[in-house]
Amino acid sequence: MFANCLDRLRALLLSVLLLSCFALPALAGPFEDSVAKFANDEFSDTEAAIGEVASSGNPLASPIISALQDGRLSADPDSKKVFITKTDGSIIDAATGAAVDKLPDNAAAVRLNNRLRRTVEAALGGLTLLSPDPAKRLAAAQSVFKSHEESLLPTVDNALAKETVKSIKQAFAEARAAIILFKSDATDSDKLDAIAVVKSRGDQEALALLSDLGTDQPPLVAKAAASAISSIQSNLAMWSMVQNAWYGLSLGSVLLLAAIGLAITFGVMGVINMAHGEMVMLGAYTTFVVQEVIRARYPGLFDYSLLIAVPLAFVVAGAVGVVIERTIIRFLYGRPLETLLATWGLSLVLQQAVRTLFGPTNREVGNPSWMSGAFDLGQITITYNRLWILCFTLAVFAILLAMLRYTALGLEMRAVTQNRRMAASMGIATSRVDALTFGLGSGIAGIAGVALSQIDNVSPNLGQSYIIDSFMVVVFGGVGNLWGTLVGAFTLGIANKFLEPVAGAVLGKIAILVLIILFIQKRPRGLFALKGRAVEA
Amino acid sequence: MTPHILTRSLDRAAATFILVVATLGVLIPLSNLLLPQGSALHVPTYLVALWGKYVCYAILALSIDLIWGYCGILSLGHGAFFALGGYAMGMYLMRQIGSRGVYGNPVLPDFMVFLNWSKLPWYWYGFDHFAFAALMVLLVPGLLAFCFGWLAFRSRVTGVYLSIITQAMTYALLLAFFRNDFGFGGNNGLTDFKDILGFNVQAEGTRCALFLLSCLALIIAFMMCRAVVSSKLGKVLIAVRDAESRTRFLGYRVESYKLFVFTLSACMAGVAGALYVPQVGIINPSEFAPGNSIEAVIWVAVGGRGTLVGAALGAVVVNYAKTFFTSGPLAPYWLFMLGALFILVTLLLPKGIVGTFNSWRENQRSTGIAADEASAAREDGVRAPKMAE
Amino acid sequence: MNVMDTRATSAMLYLDGVHVSFDGFHAINNLSLTLAPGEMRAIIGPNGAGKTTMMDIITGKTRPDQGTVLFDGTVDLTRLDETRIAELGIGRKFQKPTVFESQTVQDNLLLALNVDHSVRGTLFWRGSKAESERIDKVLETIRLTDARNRLAGSLSHGQKQWLEIGMLLAQDPKVLLVDEPVAGMTDVETHLTAELLKQINKNHTIMVVEHDMTFVRELGVKVTCLHEGSVLAEGSIDQVSSNERVVEVYLGR
Ligand SMILES: Nc1ncnc2c1ncn2[C@@H]1O[C@H](COP(=O)(O)OP(=O)(O)O)[C@@H](O)[C@H]1O
Ligand SMILES: [Mg+2]
Repeated sequence: MFANCLDRLRALLLSVLLLSCFALPALAGPFEDSVAKFANDEFSDTEAAIGEVASSGNPLASPIISALQDGRLSADPDSKKVFITKTDGSIIDAATGAAVDKLPDNAAAVRLNNRLRRTVEAALGGLTLLSPDPAKRLAAAQSVFKSHEESLLPTVDNALAKETVKSIKQAFAEARAAIILFKSDATDSDKLDAIAVVKSRGDQEALALLSDLGTDQPPLVAKAAASAISSIQSNLAMWSMVQNAWYGLSLGSVLLLAAIGLAITFGVMGVINMAHGEMVMLGAYTTFVVQEVIRARYPGLFDYSLLIAVPLAFVVAGAVGVVIERTIIRFLYGRPLETLLATWGLSLVLQQAVRTLFGPTNREVGNPSWMSGAFDLGQITITYNRLWILCFTLAVFAILLAMLRYTALGLEMRAVTQNRRMAASMGIATSRVDALTFGLGSGIAGIAGVALSQIDNVSPNLGQSYIIDSFMVVVFGGVGNLWGTLVGAFTLGIANKFLEPVAGAVLGKIAILVLIILFIQKRPRGLFALKGRAVEA
Repeated sequence: MTPHILTRSLDRAAATFILVVATLGVLIPLSNLLLPQGSALHVPTYLVALWGKYVCYAILALSIDLIWGYCGILSLGHGAFFALGGYAMGMYLMRQIGSRGVYGNPVLPDFMVFLNWSKLPWYWYGFDHFAFAALMVLLVPGLLAFCFGWLAFRSRVTGVYLSIITQAMTYALLLAFFRNDFGFGGNNGLTDFKDILGFNVQAEGTRCALFLLSCLALIIAFMMCRAVVSSKLGKVLIAVRDAESRTRFLGYRVESYKLFVFTLSACMAGVAGALYVPQVGIINPSEFAPGNSIEAVIWVAVGGRGTLVGAALGAVVVNYAKTFFTSGPLAPYWLFMLGALFILVTLLLPKGIVGTFNSWRENQRSTGIAADEASAAREDGVRAPKMAE
Repeated sequence: MNVMDTRATSAMLYLDGVHVSFDGFHAINNLSLTLAPGEMRAIIGPNGAGKTTMMDIITGKTRPDQGTVLFDGTVDLTRLDETRIAELGIGRKFQKPTVFESQTVQDNLLLALNVDHSVRGTLFWRGSKAESERIDKVLETIRLTDARNRLAGSLSHGQKQWLEIGMLLAQDPKVLLVDEPVAGMTDVETHLTAELLKQINKNHTIMVVEHDMTFVRELGVKVTCLHEGSVLAEGSIDQVSSNERVVEVYLGR
């Protein structure tokens, strides 16, 4: 905060210096008089002083107004002298900039009321309109748009004429439109143009601005404003739908990622693996270890950490999966309830093992640069990590589908799950296929862990939070059907995000669970149920 | 011939079980109240409460065994019924606090005052009467189980699917009870109880009485389960467990049977929860955690499912072990042990302790009988009939 | 057509124009069949002809996509569930013998007895002399008296088949659907089973599915041959087995 303030001051000073080069003639005696008005302790005088100082072009204008905003401007009512207490504690005379030892005894801070605060903000906005820093100019334009301070019109015009960056020019145009909209002596046609500009901006602030306009407008303007308001409203409603849909897609991709592995072990093999979430967790911790090693040894590779972690997580979780299949699950085929209990026990063991090795608290997993940040799309903001996870999930899904369809292992897997005895008699080593299938499902869970480490806390409990959701997705989508899992994940994700604004996050989740429970009653085999004896067996 | 021996021996096991529970139920409180503190046989009050907790767990285990062991319904949400029973009792106990709470409000429990609620929500009405609360202890879990079971069994949701949706059910309740505006104390739950039926819940005498009551409840629950499983209905349940669709083709309405035991079992779990709460002094949403329910299932597996006695035994053994390990230096290893228990029992001891013991004894007996028969056959000069394979 | 209809109402079982498909595979195609009261009918047909599926339809396990299935001329079976159909008096023996393996032979029969099957009825059930006498009689008929206290799971395959027939007897339905009763039996046992079925047929309607031609011949009843889900031929065993298309279907595959 503090550094930020200093930064802003420095920029202000610079900009005002620049400004003064253009507007030298304005530098004269009246500046002292204007400053002295702060000492009158009258809100109206203070307001006048703000206007005059801001448009004076004096290099001290910006420090004065910032000080006023922060309550660091004080005045001596007797001598009519005004002082700035700088952020480092030193004091200068506001009119001359000369250093002063200490404040006079009867000096008091210049008071502000809410209306004046807005004036101050607007004035500061005006002062930065010509800042050389594009980000500052943009911010200033936004603030003028909000304050639509009439006195800034010339400055805005000036800035608009000089501006070369397209997006900032647009912002200046909008700021200008806002001012004109509220200017009492603007012509109707100017106001209509202004409304068109504001309407095309189309966001929440444009809406607020137009709603502020009040009813005492000429009928033509009032009508245009009303129609602009309703058009912006429907536009915003549309964008909020888009936003929900995006959140839903994003949640859906997370669900899908967590559930794909399960769709293989539970859906294809019929093995109910309650330790599935822990495979996800292992993947996340693999990412953590990879990043630790990279940080310690090869800091330059940090951006590639996830690319390295993906195959490693697959191998780690997949290997653990194969071991589990060979040592536990193999003995429990055809006994799903026992499998459920044994794998739950396994999940406890794995969690506790990780807790012992890495500690019970969250571990820090960083975002590589290409995963951090965000961009705007229309009225919504899309973060890169969510976007990448969506793409990644779809890629994993596609690869998996292709694998099942075109590789020898995929063929064997399908053969074994459809008719184990027939497959065995055709020379397929069914137990090897079982182990590999389970390993594949676990390995994919591990990959999911890499991605989820980017958006979730990496702790020993990571997996637990996904297990129920994953099962819901697989069961909802229809067991034994990867496409069903895809549709199930996105349906649940989107439904969840559309329910959330209505019902709140927790109630929304409860509602979804209840809906799924009801749904399973209606269609016990899920959305895309396979019909047939294979399922009944 | 064999079934007579079998039922008789089972009856003997049942009688032994009842005798043991009754003896403990009387002796432990007596030793706590009558023997002096220093005596070697004196049972300290905290142990009375601890064993009281085990007894409640044993009732929960019985309720799970009734549906899982005999009817093949693996509920991973029985902790929810237990907790609901517990909350019903907790609500009564909260109302008993009256104006002795921190805020001194005669009607509203402290957490409601803290949330700035001005009046009691309607669903808290009536809980100041013990009889009403006791009714709710049975009714709320029973009703939930009935509705849930009605939906699930009618649509023939079975096996792991049923297990998973029961788990989802308790998870949904967990989320709901964590919310403050749900009106059950949010994540702190209900606690700071003062008295029950006018007796101080902390007092030794009350604790002993609660222990005795729990033992009584265990005996009643056990006898009820025995009555159910040894009736013809018990045979139908086993038939459903082993070949559900075959049972249907014989003209049994399978969903009614399932609904009956599921609801009965939920009521039992509710009673267990209601007895549990005054003895541990708190009920909070974590009782709804899916992990708790599934842990209760493993008690049954350890003891031996489908044996009733085993379920109760398993609950006590596993929880005793849990207390023993988690209170000592071995605490960090408890979860390893619990996890290993899940795995080893399902892999190596699928019948559990009692089941394995039973089949071992059966083997001994049947080899004995076979030997007898063989010798008798030799004497008669007739060969024992050989069945076509 | 009209004549057919009036006859159909007097039939014990009446199937007309029944279709069933599984994921696009037509297991039953326009199947029509009637079974008169007191009749015994043998159904033959190659594997996958739809014989078991037909029984699934009659007993309510599978819902037909189209067609009429009437019991006793009036009751529409396609609307009822398995329990209700069993209560009406249709009993079934499965192709793969399914008995309650962890219960004794005697208890298996006890469960099958057609007495009160409600929850209340079984909860407060107390055995009666009449019931145990019926069980004794069935045990004798199926020659399992000595094995009455053995667990059903420990019986041989043939004994399980018989136990299942015994359960049908205990159930005492109006119609018995018997799916491959002699699979896995010795010749002697097969013969005994045929005798048993003929005896049962004296006061029950029976539909029996079987591959074993000697067995079917021994039954000496009307035969229906199914193929690809519909009736291929119907008549005496000699007529059917000399039918060219039947021979083609059996040998041509
Ligand atoms: N539930 C089902 N799902 C898919 N296919 C089935 C189902 N039931 C039967 N079928 C198919 O219908 C055909 C007829 O089967 P079935 O009635 O068992 O023949 P069978 O005459 O040998 O008893 C077979 O091809 C079988 O695969
Ligand atoms: Mg068949």
